[in-house]
Amino acid sequence: MDFLVFVKQVPDTNDVEVDEESGTIIREGVESILNPFDEYALNLAIRLKEETDEEVEITAISMGPPQAKEALRKCLAIGADRAILLSDKAFAGADTWATSCTLFKAVEKLGGADLYFTGQEATDGNTAQVGPEMASNLNISPITYVEEVLDFDPDEGTISVRKETDQGYMKVQGKLPLVLSCMTPPDFEPRIPGVKEIMAAKKKPMETWGSEELEGSSDQFGLEGSESQVISTYPPSSKGPGEKFEGTPEEEATKILQRLESEGFLDD
Amino acid sequence: MIKIDRDKCIGCGVCVDVCPVDALSLDDDEKAVVDEGLCTSCGMCISPCPTDAIETKLMAQKADTSDYSGVWVFGETIDGELSPVVPQLLGKGKELASEFGDELATAIVGSDVKEAARASGSFGAEKAYVIEGEEFEQYNTLFYSSALAQLIKEFKPRVLLFGATHLGRDLAPYVAGQLGLGLTADCTELSIQEMDGEKLLLQTRPALGGNVMADIVCPNTRPQMATVRPNVFSPPEGLDNGDPEIVEREAKIDPDISTVKILERLEEGEAGASVEEADVIVAGGRGVGSKENFQLLEDLADTLGGVVGCSRPIVEDGWIPKSQQVGQSGKTVSPKLYIACGISGAIQHLVGIRDSDTIIAINKDPDAPIFELADLSLVGDLHEVIPKLLERLRGENGS
Repeated sequence: MDFLVFVKQVPDTNDVEVDEESGTIIREGVESILNPFDEYALNLAIRLKEETDEEVEITAISMGPPQAKEALRKCLAIGADRAILLSDKAFAGADTWATSCTLFKAVEKLGGADLYFTGQEATDGNTAQVGPEMASNLNISPITYVEEVLDFDPDEGTISVRKETDQGYMKVQGKLPLVLSCMTPPDFEPRIPGVKEIMAAKKKPMETWGSEELEGSSDQFGLEGSESQVISTYPPSSKGPGEKFEGTPEEEATKILQRLESEGFLDD
Repeated sequence: MIKIDRDKCIGCGVCVDVCPVDALSLDDDEKAVVDEGLCTSCGMCISPCPTDAIETKLMAQKADTSDYSGVWVFGETIDGELSPVVPQLLGKGKELASEFGDELATAIVGSDVKEAARASGSFGAEKAYVIEGEEFEQYNTLFYSSALAQLIKEFKPRVLLFGATHLGRDLAPYVAGQLGLGLTADCTELSIQEMDGEKLLLQTRPALGGNVMADIVCPNTRPQMATVRPNVFSPPEGLDNGDPEIVEREAKIDPDISTVKILERLEEGEAGASVEEADVIVAGGRGVGSKENFQLLEDLADTLGGVVGCSRPIVEDGWIPKSQQVGQSGKTVSPKLYIACGISGAIQHLVGIRDSDTIIAINKDPDAPIFELADLSLVGDLHEVIPKLLERLRGENGS
């Protein structure tokens, strides 16, 4: 069986700073990490591989600049069998549509898979769109907000998952092939690769494919192939800090009470 | 879209028979041809083809934009009733529709949704496009997407808005993929921008965990599609149109296309009252200290007629169910009053509370980022301040 895991390298949004003047991101000194949701998706794929008797090959695919190899190397150390980086100047500036089309071309070249995994969203864009868009391109069903795999039956070609919905959690069953968009549960403990795994990862195959390998014309990729266009970015507006007060607990309680009263929260 | 390889096509006509929307036919050379105006990219024809002559063609559909008019809101329903986000989107949709000079409509797919379709009129919808059928009783991505694609193809709306609910964030990108459309996720503001003599939908959304805002347009594809965070817009007042005109269509869907089904509902711990609909939220972060200490927040919420919310670390520690989490990876809220207790205010949390009317923050750290956003900031220990506040509130209620 073939599992494909789509991953992305993202800036660690916890320490992103924005230039107040220009509204652009100060990239300097910001660490790049493997998108945490993708890391969880990869962990699910590895666990399924470990628990089944079937022979499974896990391929991690990422689209990004050359340095995104770092994220793929981490995937190999965690347990992916091979990695493919889709990297080309022509891919830059892609929106989710162009991204999913580029990934789709790579999937076609690989001859498809039985299960596709990806994170529910990336922590930099937070669009959550590439998973369902991939499923749409592949003409197969997506299952989004997957928190846990409950049953996997390779013989029957079925999988059931615990999925979050607007009305709480549901058990959902699907027939392979499927695209699973996975959401990290609170109690997830990431696999930390040891020195041995990191060394072994260096021997695993990693390829880089550009627009030539994907046999596409430049207007299908990147900014040119995108349907949504960012026309400006700027820092979020803030109404600015209000009143700040420090006093004894008694004084502070009074302060709150006055505010609640003046704004009518204590009227019946 | 699909593409037919004419060299491989043997003119057997199998695809013509299986196509649910009659988009395929054989031409004079006995080769299959697709009517792009009818094809909904459902993929039904791909596997029956004996010579693998049909494949998906990933091409965004550059629309002749002048054909498209109308602002549509996807009428998400819960047990046959409009989801709370639908009136919010109709309110905003009305503003946009007036500026475009378009009509405002809902597009509703479901098993028993006529009542919901009619109800959308009381929030300003002039028309409701409906596809009803038993196969839509449970939400199913492929069924719903195919039905919506069918409506879009026939009626050509200029704009289509979805609530950025779990369902909306599953459905909208599938429709976008199926029809090759631009789509902007999780918008927090919508307006109109004139570019090259055409009025376009300007979609504003936070990116990079809320560190920047981005303005986005989709100039070439129609409809211009966006998902919009619940609770960033208010339901409209005074837009009651009475019953909208109902335009119903028959679903042209093969039940075999879906490979996913809901087996059962799983129980989640104790579900709290909905933070999304509350007027008053008392929220706690790491500074609350322990699960037991949340009782203090419960008491305050009870006294003020509100509900308890929390930040992400609290859910990770298992103190409060995920349904109560506020912020980028949780719920966006816009209560009249938000009291943040022991929440330092990571940007991901602040994104979710920005639209609250009044924010009161209590934190020991005088430099807590939440103080930058709060209307009233109190530097102090919540464990001391809240009991005093409760004492006073109870005293006042009693007097």
